[in-house]
Amino acid sequence: MSTFVSEFKTAATRVTGDARQRQFIRTALGNYEIARDKRKASFQSWESARQAAAETKWQAINHLDTHLESLVAKLEARGTKVHWASNATQAREIILKIVTDKKARSIIKSKAMTSEEIHLNDALEHAGFTVAESDLGEFIVQLRHEPPYHIVFPSMHLTRDQIRDLFQKELGDAPSNSPEDLTMVARRVMRQKYIEADIGFTGGNFAIAETGMISITENEGNARLTAALPKTMITLLGIEKVLPRFSDLALFLPMLATAGAGQPMTCYNTMYSGPRQPGECDGPEEWHVVLLDNRRTELLADPEQRDALHCIRCGACLNVCPIFRNVGGHTYGTTYSGPVGSVITPHLRGLQDWKHLSNASSLCGACTEACPVKIDLHHHLLHNRRNASMSEPSFFEKLAYKIFGMVANEPVFWSLAKKIGWLTQPLQRAVKGSALDPAKAWTKTRDLPTQPLESFKDWWRNRK
Amino acid sequence: MTVTLFIPCFIDALYPRAGISMVEILERLGHTVICPEKIACCGQPPFNSGYWDEARTIAAPVLEQLKDAEAIVIGSGSCGAMVKKFYPELFAKTPHAELAKQVASRTWEFSDFLVNKLGVTDLGAKFPHKVTYHDGCHGLRELGIKTSPRALLGKVGGLQLVEMKDEICCGFGGTFSAKFPMISTAMGEVKCNNAVETGADYIVSGDSSCLMHIQGLLSRQGKPIKTISLAEVLNHQ
Repeated sequence: MSTFVSEFKTAATRVTGDARQRQFIRTALGNYEIARDKRKASFQSWESARQAAAETKWQAINHLDTHLESLVAKLEARGTKVHWASNATQAREIILKIVTDKKARSIIKSKAMTSEEIHLNDALEHAGFTVAESDLGEFIVQLRHEPPYHIVFPSMHLTRDQIRDLFQKELGDAPSNSPEDLTMVARRVMRQKYIEADIGFTGGNFAIAETGMISITENEGNARLTAALPKTMITLLGIEKVLPRFSDLALFLPMLATAGAGQPMTCYNTMYSGPRQPGECDGPEEWHVVLLDNRRTELLADPEQRDALHCIRCGACLNVCPIFRNVGGHTYGTTYSGPVGSVITPHLRGLQDWKHLSNASSLCGACTEACPVKIDLHHHLLHNRRNASMSEPSFFEKLAYKIFGMVANEPVFWSLAKKIGWLTQPLQRAVKGSALDPAKAWTKTRDLPTQPLESFKDWWRNRK
Repeated sequence: MTVTLFIPCFIDALYPRAGISMVEILERLGHTVICPEKIACCGQPPFNSGYWDEARTIAAPVLEQLKDAEAIVIGSGSCGAMVKKFYPELFAKTPHAELAKQVASRTWEFSDFLVNKLGVTDLGAKFPHKVTYHDGCHGLRELGIKTSPRALLGKVGGLQLVEMKDEICCGFGGTFSAKFPMISTAMGEVKCNNAVETGADYIVSGDSSCLMHIQGLLSRQGKPIKTISLAEVLNHQ
């Protein structure tokens, strides 16, 4: 068993045994669902909107090469420096070189899951730079030295009391546990970091090929400040973030807000098209856009699962997922958790090491139903299972299914198997739940049904 | 018409009453029922585990058995989804591709068949209890079956249907329940609590495999609610 699967099982056992945390997450995501459904109703047709979004993303991803060329040409025409990073190492090197060349000391960041993906903070801190997260949720998890719990709600697993205690311990200030007081403490600390920062770092939600713009969505105004105050701005985003046309935002901005957070629109949506132009009085003097591949092109080469690149990182699939709701975000041990993380992590970080995430699903399909860009998420979990079993089958599992097949295909064997099952029931009951019980995984927490002597097929034969 | 009834392996072995009820209902409606002796399983366990070659070994003889069937009725949304939705994918680019599509198009889940093929909702059943209905995810999301079981339950004399607050999975998921028992159990607990909160006497479902999971937890935890298959309720006089 790989370390990743045993870590996953250990964490899943811990969290599923933590009734408080499970209830907390369930309540928060239950409230999200109510808000989302209310907002969905304000679309003329949510299903048509999903279809339109899926078609637009299909077009964007299936013509990614031409869209990226257009995006880069437009960005460069206005003085933006564009960098291509094939993998995480290259992306880190590019960013480290920029901050080193600028003789920077301190970097202020707005929320970017791509920076988590390439472990940017560790690399920057290791090289001696100060890194400050400015999104409130990210600020909180940074103080706790832990990764975000959820791709959209990084600190959703913490209570107000826990945040108050954290602020008291780490910042020496927390007058109460009220959101207003806690936000004011964070704001005071952050403002100082903004003033000190030489570099502003952001992610990007959409990249518009037609106009050469990066669209950034946020609720706190921190990304705007990150882009506006420091002299140098760096934006890191995955190559799949492309949308063909500026007008596509008319659909994608409300869709992202509704699917992601149950909001009609996110509070701030800003489109950046270049660094400060001659005659302009504000904006960064230099803007570097780093386009990250990191095995996305391998996913692009897979026609079966290519639509996983449609993902707009809204988190809707995590929110409705009964697995996520019961094991929480940290259990996955991945940058992208929940259903979409289980689908793409095997592609980004290796199938055999991460196939367990595709197995850890009841394939209920709630994710696929929730996805605003119609990624066939739960079927891709099946495809990952198939690909994993094809390339490295488990000897025992394969053998078990071969035997099961022989029994199921031969009525005499099948009848015999049922009789043996019936006869051995008392034995099984005697060892129920113990190490001797072959059905231990089930019987530890659940009873087995009582098998009747007469099966359906016996009844059918007898009545004739 | 002649209905070929596909009784899934776990109903055959563990819940024969559900299968018997389906036969009796279909026969009372004037149809001829046949149950091919040679069909035991649809092949879903190896399919869902990624062993598609082994799944085809089980599923190919099933297709042969169903080749000439006029209408195929499956007593489970999950196995129904396997035949109707996944067989065409499983057999794509194989000699069985065309047959898989044909069989899929003639296959119905039991409640869907009654309501949307036969146009029947009132079966003259009586079941004077408060019940809640659990949608198996495969039936619900792969086959889009939501209204048929409710239409049928709506005509059962004395029955009061109360809905649970969430439309969520019971946590069974086939081999998932044994590979990740802690997650499966946690999901099942949520489901059972939702069901108990309705104050119903019974949890009814068209999927006996979900009910096996739910009942397994209810029995272990001593919860005051029972499970019963939809077919048994509809066959109750």
